[in-house]
Amino acid sequence: MTVQAEYSPDADRIMSVSLGPQHPGAGHFRIKLWLDGDYVVRSEPDAGYVHRGEEKMGEYRNYIQNVPHLERPVILDSSNILFPYALGVDELMNLKVPQRGQYLRVIMSEANRIISHMYFIAIQGLFLGHTTLITWCMGDRDFWIDFAERIGGARVTFAYIIPGGVRNDIPPGAIKKGLETCDWFDKRMDEYEKIFFQNPMVHQRSDGIGVLSRDDAIAFGATGTVARASGLAVDVRKDEPYSAYEDFEFKTPVMTQGDVYARSYVALLDMRESVKIIRQALKKLPQGPVRLKLGPQPRVPAGEVYSRTEAARGEMSYYIVSDGSPRPYRLKIGVPSAKNLGVLPHLLRNVHVADIPPIYWGLNYWPVESDR
Amino acid sequence: MRARAFAARITEKFPDVKVDWMKERRLKVSTTADRIAEVGVFAKEGLGFDHISTVSGIDWIAKNELEVVYFIGSTTPGQEDFVLALSEHVQRSNPVVPTLMHVWRGVEYHERETHEMFGINFQGHPNQNHLYLPEDWNDLPPLRKDYVSPGR
Amino acid sequence: MVVAQQQKDGAFQLLVGKIDDVLQYAIGDPMRYLANWGRLYSLWPVHLETACCSVEIGAAAGSRFDMERFGALEAFGSLRQCDLLIVMGTVTRKLAPRLKLVYDQMAEPKWVIAMGACSITGGLYFDSYNVLRGIDDVIPVDVYVPGCPPRAEAFLQGLVLLQEKIRRAPSLSGR
Ligand code: SF4
Repeated sequence: MTVQAEYSPDADRIMSVSLGPQHPGAGHFRIKLWLDGDYVVRSEPDAGYVHRGEEKMGEYRNYIQNVPHLERPVILDSSNILFPYALGVDELMNLKVPQRGQYLRVIMSEANRIISHMYFIAIQGLFLGHTTLITWCMGDRDFWIDFAERIGGARVTFAYIIPGGVRNDIPPGAIKKGLETCDWFDKRMDEYEKIFFQNPMVHQRSDGIGVLSRDDAIAFGATGTVARASGLAVDVRKDEPYSAYEDFEFKTPVMTQGDVYARSYVALLDMRESVKIIRQALKKLPQGPVRLKLGPQPRVPAGEVYSRTEAARGEMSYYIVSDGSPRPYRLKIGVPSAKNLGVLPHLLRNVHVADIPPIYWGLNYWPVESDR
Repeated sequence: MRARAFAARITEKFPDVKVDWMKERRLKVSTTADRIAEVGVFAKEGLGFDHISTVSGIDWIAKNELEVVYFIGSTTPGQEDFVLALSEHVQRSNPVVPTLMHVWRGVEYHERETHEMFGINFQGHPNQNHLYLPEDWNDLPPLRKDYVSPGR
Repeated sequence: MVVAQQQKDGAFQLLVGKIDDVLQYAIGDPMRYLANWGRLYSLWPVHLETACCSVEIGAAAGSRFDMERFGALEAFGSLRQCDLLIVMGTVTRKLAPRLKLVYDQMAEPKWVIAMGACSITGGLYFDSYNVLRGIDDVIPVDVYVPGCPPRAEAFLQGLVLLQEKIRRAPSLSGR
């Protein structure tokens, strides 16, 4: 659907509206909108409602103390935000993480990707008026949370991936449970396809809405599901295989429509690949130690590192500058939501007001992560 | 090593560009505020670094300098794993640098964040209002080293 | 004559006062109980996500923990219909005025649950420059649910505690 609306200098026609921070369509985030009737002429995101100064706090804590607070910004995906941090500190300290630790990192990271994508699809179902999907996804998500809880010991904040390896070994029984969950989830995803992704109603409400072209995706620096839905095959797991990702067989799902539908569907395809990776990793899990022992206050040699991994929402990167003291001199967290933020005002232009929630949520934007 | 090849191509064109460090998949070069736009255009068009990853500031208080680092990935086939870090140094007393929005459109919000966190002024940037900090923030920019968190 | 009239009035007032008292005991207390009983199973929380604890609210409202069975349902409507404000974690300096604004718009009686270490004391972010150390300075809190984040079960327990508090509320107004 194309909508013709020009920005009119006739000021009376333009109404400015603020969506959020208390609004069902935008949690802890505000979008300033300029409307002409039912059309959005211009928009401007207003972030910062959850800005907690993680980067400044990182400079006050040593490398081990930094672990718990760094996973809070993206609590849905907590292992994936720690992964590049751990990789970066490993690289600075020149640590060789044991192979079993690498595999466990991958397993946890992929489980978290599923947990995060399930939340994403659930809310997308809500915004597209499909209430069945939210109840299904919210329920099924908990099976993966249970699996992760067996390994990590908490429901959402695991603090599992740490510099030097992972915090603890996988408990007995979790491998069998994980394989069972994988098998069950494969069937379950087929049902999601039937009830949601092949539903004509969902197609009607999301096809051709909020289209982002491939060139724009490159120009705005879009990553993750947003970029892959626009035909831009970026996936750090493939581009720059870190940890143990070279050992597994998986694909990078890419779609070319670049609309809200594609962005939701790519998440489902992502989860299929994640299940494949988890299954392979659980089957091939090598023996041995899971971490290297670090002291409580490890000395990190001076140096700079830029490490990145593929989190659920896209490329997660850390820039760590160490001056040889126990604390980082500078800790920059490059989060995927902030990288996709520029896309939002670009898409919220010449669209209907009713399409704002699916477009906004379709970017898989998590304000807490973006604000840090 | 590829990093060396990229570094050679940059320094061949811009002899005053300094190579800070190289790793297997990373290269950091630094330049000055008045040359950075040219180097950026060359990195984008000549070397194929077109996908902006993030922008970071650093406060080198001992040297009385601020640094801005642009991390640029690539979508060019064969070098997707490479990240180029392009940095510039400015004096702490007068931190004015040009915006690179015309090179990489996506730096808009990253530069806006760097502006409020470090007080660096990006000339030519369309909107440098507070993004993450409260509207009434009237203290030093929080990520400067001489700003001390009230809880500390 | 005047005195007699006055005496009569006084007696009448006394009688009315007595009836008031009697009514208070005979009807008022059951009324109070009834009204509060009605309130406690129809809590409508505001949809105001403040930080990461909202994920656990999502889980609690989801199909596994199902907070609807306790009589609380996320109301996607007007603030005026809502009577429960769940502060889901960190309140930053930018959000605090908005939080107060939301609270002021809600109609009485209204209750507040402070969820997570952040909304109670600032939690992990005690030394952050942008985080409030607890929300008590902004709005009054009825129930504190500690944890980082509290598990969905813990949140549900907090909800049940709040219901107990409403059941025992001393007056008809629910406070
Ligand atoms: S208490 Fe923990 S989980 Fe809740 S908002 Fe604070 S940091 Fe996040």
